[in-house]
Amino acid sequence: MASNMFVVPQTRGTVLCCKCGISMAPNPANMCVTCLRSEVDITEGLRKHVTIMHCPECDSYLQPPRTWIKAQLESKELLTFCVKRLETDLKKVRLVNAEFIWTEPHSKRLKVKLKVQKEVLNGAILEQSYVVEYVQQDHMCESCTRIQANPDQWVASVQLRQRVTHRRTFFYLEQLILKHDAAAHAIKIKQMDQGIDFFFANRSHAVKFVEFLGKVSPTKSRHDKQLVSHDPKNNSYNYKYTFSVEISPICREDLICLPPRVATSLGNLGPLVICTKVTNNIALLDPLTLRQCFLDTEQYWRHSFKSLLGSRQLVEYDVFNIEVVSPEYNVGGSKYVIADAEVARVSDYGKLFYIRTHLGHILKPGDRALGYDLYGANSNDIELDKYKGLVLPEAILIKKSYEEKRQKKRGKPRPWKLKSLDMEVDESRGRANEQKMDSEYEEFLRDLEENPELRFNLSLYRNKDYQPSEMVSVSDGDDLPSVPLEELLADLELSEQEDGEDSMRE
Amino acid sequence: MATRLQFENSCEVGVFSKLTNAYCLVAIGGSENFYSAFESELADVIPVVKTSISGTRIIGRLCAGNKNGLLVPHNTTDQELQHLRNSLPDQVVVQRIDEKLSALGNCIACNDHVALTHTDLDKETEEIITDVLGVEVFRQTIAGNILVGSYCAFSNRGGLVHPHTSVEDLDELSTLLQVPLVAGTINRGSEVIAAGMTVNDWTAFCGSDTTATELSVIESVFKLREAQPTAIVDEMRKSLIDSYV
Repeated sequence: MASNMFVVPQTRGTVLCCKCGISMAPNPANMCVTCLRSEVDITEGLRKHVTIMHCPECDSYLQPPRTWIKAQLESKELLTFCVKRLETDLKKVRLVNAEFIWTEPHSKRLKVKLKVQKEVLNGAILEQSYVVEYVQQDHMCESCTRIQANPDQWVASVQLRQRVTHRRTFFYLEQLILKHDAAAHAIKIKQMDQGIDFFFANRSHAVKFVEFLGKVSPTKSRHDKQLVSHDPKNNSYNYKYTFSVEISPICREDLICLPPRVATSLGNLGPLVICTKVTNNIALLDPLTLRQCFLDTEQYWRHSFKSLLGSRQLVEYDVFNIEVVSPEYNVGGSKYVIADAEVARVSDYGKLFYIRTHLGHILKPGDRALGYDLYGANSNDIELDKYKGLVLPEAILIKKSYEEKRQKKRGKPRPWKLKSLDMEVDESRGRANEQKMDSEYEEFLRDLEENPELRFNLSLYRNKDYQPSEMVSVSDGDDLPSVPLEELLADLELSEQEDGEDSMRE
Repeated sequence: MATRLQFENSCEVGVFSKLTNAYCLVAIGGSENFYSAFESELADVIPVVKTSISGTRIIGRLCAGNKNGLLVPHNTTDQELQHLRNSLPDQVVVQRIDEKLSALGNCIACNDHVALTHTDLDKETEEIITDVLGVEVFRQTIAGNILVGSYCAFSNRGGLVHPHTSVEDLDELSTLLQVPLVAGTINRGSEVIAAGMTVNDWTAFCGSDTTATELSVIESVFKLREAQPTAIVDEMRKSLIDSYV
């Protein structure tokens, strides 16, 4: 078997087409393409005119029986949709290519050129292209009809409330909702006193939102429905559903006196605790023993309690002396050091307090700290009374104060910014409220700067208006905590010039 | 002259008939139309014989012959053999051969001088062919097909082969057969040439589906336009190789 056998090169001869007699290369049908085309039309029986429904409001096309597909003119999605409408036809032939032929945008006609292949006669495959014309009929889709009929109509509402005097929780929740896009289906969002109302067009959207809230904060919810209309003929009922969600009044940095039952169930946690973190669990830290406990949502609501002193009641203290008493402990991810401190209130330097604090790791003599003035406070708490013989510390320090350094930076814009939800504000409040809201928001932003774990769940965006100052900042050992630039996401801009930067992950 | 006809609504004329320069065999059909078509053309010149071979009507594909002889397969009955011997002229030798490939019409294509055969034909059969038909035998394929008897039809003046035959093959066959050959189709693009038509030196019969183009090709390659029965007397071997490109 010689592998280098001489093989005669074979050239294909030509034959005459059996119909028209022109010279051509032989093919299975032995007819030239023109004659074959005149014999057989493979597009016979395929539809050339199709009607499609188009919604002028939302620019979408109906795919029967009920789906509406949003597509731009001459886009890939529209081409896929058009080809799908011809599916039954295209089962008989093989589709090779499809493309749009330009039509006037307002002519309500779409033209698609399809190239198909089919086997004819004895094995010859014939390829032919033909044009299908789609007539566009205007027909509003159900959602647009509903919106047109009554734009304010809601089917389900979620009333979110927290019985506290500040709105810190709602600022934080707003950012969380934006990050997870949980209120995407809300048709209206209204800001109320002590809470926010969300309105949905669908009960299941409201249920999903309530579940989302349950995952990110300790909530208690109940639901009700109200009959709107009733069709006796086919026994269908239209309801309006209301969900009432209450968030627990315990917030971060609150001082709490635990009721005796709760304290014993948590293993005799000292009745005075600080709340360090609130998600769907509440983290409580005993500042004197550095014990941390978690309260589940259910556990909390079983024996609910209020906080003794809130962040509004924080007072500034000057630290004169710090003596570290214990080594550094790592409690739930944060480090604490117990220290004895000599402090005095900034407003009253006359009285010195010797207290134990858990902030030994960051406080140094000469620092300012924020804490609760138990010496001067007049607590009217039932729980406190239940403890006989409890010695209250005179002050409990909560966090370090950067107020002086903030004075220097006052008025300068931050390098980062936050987005906000589109909320309707209740106009019945006065001017004073607005100022209060602004200062609370400012405090919230400061909180974000100081706490990296708080930022963890949110999306911060780069502020285009911010220019870093030309002056070389005098580094004075203890710099103001700020958000490192790497954590910021560049805002996605959809400008005309298409120079949008994609959002980068940290 | 080329004639178009049908055998019982089938255009495969070459299956149901065998035409040579000395005789013509025709299958027994329901109506006499097929036979009368042949008779009207050939009656005065050569005998037209109605027959069957091994009880079938596909006689064109079962037997092979030329003016010198006729070869029939082993399953031909004795009566048929006798009938053939009686009806055909005396100089035609009718021989029954024992060959595994019994469709001799598909395996052997011949004219009065040369024969092309199936590549797997027996050695003895080849010798019998040489003796009985008085031809030179070549084992060949046509466009890769071994059934040479089906895919080509040639007479002493020209030949028509399978349309997919390459130019080199065409040249080679032409040299062997010493007649001009052309690649073409019959019966509206059918590639099975010998099944669709039957030909001798002065006349041809094609299926009725044959288009005008195909008919003109046949008439020109087999030189039927000016052919008269008397012209066969002077046989000339053309050494010219002529093919349509």
